[in-house]
Amino acid sequence: MGSGATQYVETVDSVMLYIVGISVVLLIGITAVMIYFVVKYNRKKGHKPENIHGNWLLETIWIAIPTVLVMTMFYYSYIGYKDLRNFPEDGLEVNVTARMWGWTFEYENGKQTDSLYVPVNQPVMLFLESVDVNHSFYVPAFRIKEDVIAGRVNKLHFTSDMVGDYDIACAEYCGLKHSMMYSKVKVMEVADFDKWYAETDATTDETNIETNPVDSTAAEIKPTGEM
Amino acid sequence: MANGTIAEHAKSFYEEGTSKKTGLLGWFFSTDHKRIGIMYLAALSTFFIIGVILALFMRLELIAPGETLMDAQTYNTIFTLHGVIMIFLFIVPGIPAIFGNFFLPLMLGAKDVSFPRLNLLSFWIYIVGAILVVISLFVPGGPIDTGWTFYIPYSVRTGTNVSLAIFAAFVLGFSSILTGLNFITTVHRLKAPGMGFFKMPLFVWSTYATAWIQVLATPVIGITILLVIMERAFGIGIFDPSLGGDPILYQHLFWIYSHPAVYIMILPAMGIVSEIIPTFARRTIFGYNAIALSSLAIAFVGYLVWAHHMFTSGMSDTARIVFSFLTFIVALPSGVKVFNWVATMYKGSIDPQPPFLWVMAFIVLFSIGGLTGLVLGSLATDIHLHDTYFVVAHFHYVMFGGTGTIFFAGLYYWFPKMFGKLYHTKLANIGVALFFVAFNLLYFPKFIMGYQGMPRRYYDYLPEFADLQLVSTIGSWLMAIALIIVFGNLIRSLRTGRKATSNPWGGVTLEWHTTSPPPLENFETDIVVTHDPYDFSQLEDMKNE
Repeated sequence: MGSGATQYVETVDSVMLYIVGISVVLLIGITAVMIYFVVKYNRKKGHKPENIHGNWLLETIWIAIPTVLVMTMFYYSYIGYKDLRNFPEDGLEVNVTARMWGWTFEYENGKQTDSLYVPVNQPVMLFLESVDVNHSFYVPAFRIKEDVIAGRVNKLHFTSDMVGDYDIACAEYCGLKHSMMYSKVKVMEVADFDKWYAETDATTDETNIETNPVDSTAAEIKPTGEM
Repeated sequence: MANGTIAEHAKSFYEEGTSKKTGLLGWFFSTDHKRIGIMYLAALSTFFIIGVILALFMRLELIAPGETLMDAQTYNTIFTLHGVIMIFLFIVPGIPAIFGNFFLPLMLGAKDVSFPRLNLLSFWIYIVGAILVVISLFVPGGPIDTGWTFYIPYSVRTGTNVSLAIFAAFVLGFSSILTGLNFITTVHRLKAPGMGFFKMPLFVWSTYATAWIQVLATPVIGITILLVIMERAFGIGIFDPSLGGDPILYQHLFWIYSHPAVYIMILPAMGIVSEIIPTFARRTIFGYNAIALSSLAIAFVGYLVWAHHMFTSGMSDTARIVFSFLTFIVALPSGVKVFNWVATMYKGSIDPQPPFLWVMAFIVLFSIGGLTGLVLGSLATDIHLHDTYFVVAHFHYVMFGGTGTIFFAGLYYWFPKMFGKLYHTKLANIGVALFFVAFNLLYFPKFIMGYQGMPRRYYDYLPEFADLQLVSTIGSWLMAIALIIVFGNLIRSLRTGRKATSNPWGGVTLEWHTTSPPPLENFETDIVVTHDPYDFSQLEDMKNE
């Protein structure tokens, strides 16, 4: 699943593994016991049924053990989640604006782009805002997502460990081209990023054109229908 | 359970109606809870099949990346209609409207529900709501394209017929409230002599718990819908930020109803499971009190978890943590039920007839649905999985694998009682098996795609998802075949099936103490309850009835 794009990915994947692991054991247990009973106590064998009305000890056990299990799940997921909400103070700040159907990223020096350019190993702080309907900023490779809603600024952060391009998707239904609102997070070496960041406004427009999200995905996903 | 005799040559409720009208009018104006139940069955099955056909078109569109057979706007409309029809016209009224109407009075030993005419009104309100949904498809503006959640601001801004479609949901809400009210009163007032609360069959318990949710939660969606219509029609700023409203408020109000509604959908199904297992294991239910009380616990805690649909909405961290915690708590009573059901098979005398096989399929599918719910209740993982295919897979396992499977279980369990006919057993077994395989082929790949980052409500997708999408589409074809077998078997049996006896499975709850199909007022003699609901020692006596 491409673990390791950020530290947080490993946290989420380990919580996932923990919950799914316990779930698989429970599922197999329930299914196996059920099939065993159906075979063993089959009517064709002439088995006489016994009317067992219940057993409060058993009821207590199968409330208590799952309670403990789900509380550990809650705890691990809460600990993992805390990382996500522990916002960095010295990160690169980017204002993210969503619209039907594209993204704009605005940096502290006024640069505007359609892809999100960030340096590797450096915290990035996103301020999310929508100019129209609800959207959701989602980077599957980073396991992060936050809705983008008009009239309020939602926050999100990440620190990428690996240089590369990662998909940004819109995860909140927003109409006709919802499925075509893809963009990229472009994680760069710090030196490359600094060079890119220092470039003058003239190149900003150029960047804007070459990374237009709707156009760049048009090769794979053909927008159809009327706007 | 009861003392009474079955008169052999009494007229069934098909032959004798509540009024002098005959033919279809005798049905349309019938206040007989059984006829109303059958009319709901016909209407709901029709909408279910329409919902399935819409889904087949969606799956066909998604068979490969790019446009396959429809444009994006059509796709968005179809997934919205699939949701609206399946939720509001099939699964919410669902089991209470069909089996609750037919069997609640029978299981209580009553002649009808408390308010038979109100019951008929509920049915017609449902039909009016359904007609409004259909009209909204054809009037100018076009069919609704907002998703069944009608999230604002999109639903205020789209040009499609949102107002009419959600007004239909408003109307349908009244049908739900009135049915709930009727059932609550019936349970309190019309239990046969000798039947206390803790001698009621568990289907009655779960329908009763459901009725309370219907009465208490449905008004919230009603009010919310009126506010949306006011906002659309008069520009009053309530939810739309450009008018000074708060879109998150809408999400809260929507889920304050729609999460409890999830329990409206699943609780009655759980009740049917608690009926079927004892009958085919021919032993008493394990943990009657635990199962009965867990229904009430689910109904209560179910009110307090709504915001787990909103973990990524920008809600405060405290709210996210509290709702995550409560979501884990609500899993516990469902677990209690599953454990007690399996324990009921212990030392039984099990005859795995088709209804029992449906229940076995249910236990596996519902467990997968429930356990994946833990992944979504957990904050760290939900942030990643929210609004992806993982959620789609999860709720189809719970709603279709859970409630849908038990809709068929109930149909195959009570079909002989409702129609007086038996169906083809071997074909029924093939139907369940194929359904189970098709179901997993159709929905399991969505768990994987969701974890890989495939968002839901996507007309198109990245090439990396193509293989699993294809598998899922193939699953949808198998599912179509399974459903044709499942419905076809029953429809064929209506005409050519062998005549059913009054008690083909050896059940002991009160509905098996009367003829198949039952007479107009259910029982020929007055019922006096003398046994516990799942006391199979009375089977010998029943044979002599």
